[in-house]
Amino acid sequence: MKDWRYWLAEQRGTLLAFGIFIVMFTIYTSNHPAGFTANVVQTASNKGVLLAFVAMAQTLVVITAGIDLSVGMIFLLTNCLASWLVIGTGIETAFGVVAVLGTGLLCGAINGAIVIYGRLQPIVTTIATGAVYFGIALLLRPFPGGSVNEDLADALTGRLFGVVPASLVALLAVVLLVWVPFSRSVLGRAAYAAGSSEMAAYMSGVPIRRGKFIAYALAGLLAAIGGLFLTFFTYTGEAAYASGNAYTLFSIAAVVLGGVSLFGGKGSAIGAIFGALAFRTIGDLLFVFDFDPLWQPLFQGVILLIAVSLGAFALFRVRNRLEWFL
Amino acid sequence: MSETTIGGIAGRMPKFIRRADPAVLTAFACIVLLLFVGSLYSRSFLSPEYLLQQLKVASFLGVIATGMMLVILLGQIDLSVPWSVAAGAMMACAAAAYGPVGMALAIPFGIFCGVLIGVVNGIGVAYLRIPSMIITLATNAVAQGLMVVYTGGFSPQDSATPAMRYLATGFAIPGVPNAVVIWALIGAAMVFVLTRTGFGRTVYGIGNRERAAYLSGIDTRRVVLIAFAVSGGLSAFGGVLLAGYASKAAQSMGDAYLLPSIAAVVLGGTSILGGRGSYLGTVAGVILITLLQSILSVMQMPEAGRQIIYGVVIVAMLLLYGRAPASR
Repeated sequence: MKDWRYWLAEQRGTLLAFGIFIVMFTIYTSNHPAGFTANVVQTASNKGVLLAFVAMAQTLVVITAGIDLSVGMIFLLTNCLASWLVIGTGIETAFGVVAVLGTGLLCGAINGAIVIYGRLQPIVTTIATGAVYFGIALLLRPFPGGSVNEDLADALTGRLFGVVPASLVALLAVVLLVWVPFSRSVLGRAAYAAGSSEMAAYMSGVPIRRGKFIAYALAGLLAAIGGLFLTFFTYTGEAAYASGNAYTLFSIAAVVLGGVSLFGGKGSAIGAIFGALAFRTIGDLLFVFDFDPLWQPLFQGVILLIAVSLGAFALFRVRNRLEWFL
Repeated sequence: MSETTIGGIAGRMPKFIRRADPAVLTAFACIVLLLFVGSLYSRSFLSPEYLLQQLKVASFLGVIATGMMLVILLGQIDLSVPWSVAAGAMMACAAAAYGPVGMALAIPFGIFCGVLIGVVNGIGVAYLRIPSMIITLATNAVAQGLMVVYTGGFSPQDSATPAMRYLATGFAIPGVPNAVVIWALIGAAMVFVLTRTGFGRTVYGIGNRERAAYLSGIDTRRVVLIAFAVSGGLSAFGGVLLAGYASKAAQSMGDAYLLPSIAAVVLGGTSILGGRGSYLGTVAGVILITLLQSILSVMQMPEAGRQIIYGVVIVAMLLLYGRAPASR
């Protein structure tokens, strides 16, 4: 087989997610009253990048065959923290941003340390740490409020040269600065290997523990970038339990739509990003078709259910019934 | 290394303690410790009335955790608890709006809705082989969506029927709240099923190794389906009881039960990977969690502090005795 065929097979999930997104977005803009304008794209991308960051975070953990049910809460916590810290002069704002991102990294590192070195199950661990992070968020913002450096916020949520949404540029920058170096590094390979077969990876001397740890920590960082952007969009911090839960849930949906295998070892953050953008667009479709907003949670839930059921198609390829129970 | 020291100490202990699960013993020791700490804080903490009240509050969690335990024993997890609880409560209250027949059918109808959610979970996990935490998250979202549409579309009947109130707050046996009796009955049934029936053996077998159970001629998929249906039904029944306790159903009433129900099962020594655990441990876990919540509320700890302490305590206790064996 030619090289490009291998590449195609490896990127199938990502390309599929890209295709779904393009189709959805075309339907969306062609039915939108304003049509395909810079304004519509800007609004859509501003809404989409939030989930895209959280979905990227989820991807990192999912490729190690784990799951992070606390990403939504890290997202809330950093949102609340940013509404305190990211204000004032340029220097103060810069320190605030660093502190917020550092907090996210720390949250992720705590998850990773407990799961890897404490040998607890990722689900239980991240549900429990999620409760802790939500508690801290609630301490920071018992009531919605706070503020943010509006110049920075407007710069990052506006448009570059009047056309390109700045938030998309930021997303691209994060992909180039975090995801690409990670997935090409030894530790990134180790994270993939650990998700694919931990035993085999261990026996071949792959640094699986460090690889998994860095994946969890970077997941915290990416969720924090999402939290920071939420603050830029809303100018406030709010510790809303339901919203944190929804982001965790949607991040899993985005990851599934993006072709990342929940059994680990397969998929890329790029796919998850397109999954996230597609999922958001699907949710918005209800509005352009004049549905009652009340139906949105049900609609998103059903899409999520269908998306996760798509994984069942692999069953048709099973030759030996014992493979059901792998 | 730590296991040899436990073995060394246990070797000198009476037989009934040696046979007991160290995790269950630790959980009961923590209960005694919590009672001691509570009694230092307030004298009335050890009074029979207070303890009975705690047992009553614990029984709602106990019913929900019973279903969760069944699923965890299979090596799966049920994250659809929050909206199964809410759906059970809301649908039972909704049925009450349809005259006397509705009143009579309110409780079974609420449970039936929970069973439906559980059946969807079970089909997804057992037949479509979707990881349980994913499909249950998805059905949770769908149940939430359905309830939002239902409550938002028109004004729902949200008050509990007298029968529901009686189940949750009445006294059929003088001095013992009905909720406690119900938990005891469900618990007894669960113990019977787990230890005396083929179904129970199968559940442990699947939790240990599903392939082996399948190869020994068991229809493992049906067992998994039934377990999820039972879990959904018990969650909904917990919701029905809660609605009876509070006299009404509310939107987010189930949110507060997901982490506690998992934590209660796991703190009670049931392995999250399945195949190992006893119902006695779950009872200990439920009481432990309820006492912890109670002490935090007696101390008038705000919600934020409760969440933090709660998460930290659960991680700490799991690190103490819930760790997976070091692989290789």
